[in-house]
Amino acid sequence: MSGVKGAAGKQAVLVLGCPQVPVQTSIALYLAAHLRKKGVVPVIAGNRAARLNAEVSDPDRHYTGETMDLDRFIEDLAADRRKFDYYFIFIHNDAGISYAATVQSITGATVVALIYGEHFEEMADAIEFPCEKIAAKAVHNPMPLKKKIDEVLPWVVSNL
Amino acid sequence: MGCIESLKYEIILRGASFKECRDYVRAHCSEYYDVQPGFRIFEKAVIGVPPISIGLDGDTVTFPYTKPCYGTFLMRIDDHEEAERIRHIAPGKKK
Repeated sequence: MSGVKGAAGKQAVLVLGCPQVPVQTSIALYLAAHLRKKGVVPVIAGNRAARLNAEVSDPDRHYTGETMDLDRFIEDLAADRRKFDYYFIFIHNDAGISYAATVQSITGATVVALIYGEHFEEMADAIEFPCEKIAAKAVHNPMPLKKKIDEVLPWVVSNL
Repeated sequence: MGCIESLKYEIILRGASFKECRDYVRAHCSEYYDVQPGFRIFEKAVIGVPPISIGLDGDTVTFPYTKPCYGTFLMRIDDHEEAERIRHIAPGKKK
């Protein structure tokens, strides 16, 4: 297993979706920053565009750290080459649900589904596998989702 | 899934939901197998909400292929070896 363990000895992976919804990158950096404050090292997995949005927004890597290709992330999980302590999956479309279900099924872990976008309620209702859902109608304005993260992140870090 | 993209494939459904892909395979393929995410097809781990239905018609393999920005495609590829491999190792033959 590669990667550097954090002060609390834990790693979280933030699995990004298509960056077409504006709040994704800001929420990812916000979540990464708060995880770091709790001693958890964030790793960002996404396609090239999603990763570049995060990397360009954080050029000195204050919040982001290791990034990895989404396909490689899935391959590493499936081959049991990589494990994380927390799995945060960004969901705003059907593909996001598929990735969350895949991570949950392969790892057996309780994943945290961050659900946002115009159709967040429809997406949340479509998730039938066990997971923790953090959902808000956030498209351009990240504040509704940020508030939800503020409310539940301490519980997530302590209990998952 | 670079190797899949290099194969000769046919797209049956484009921008579909995982449920639409499952329903199509079960309704239209002469055989289907339910597999879990991570099951390898054409050397790559398949993405989806379980159970993921993989269809076989002779040597033709029908399976979902998910991309973050484009949703799920239902694809069909003719490949004798892969069809036989799936018949031998996939659990849960349903039809």
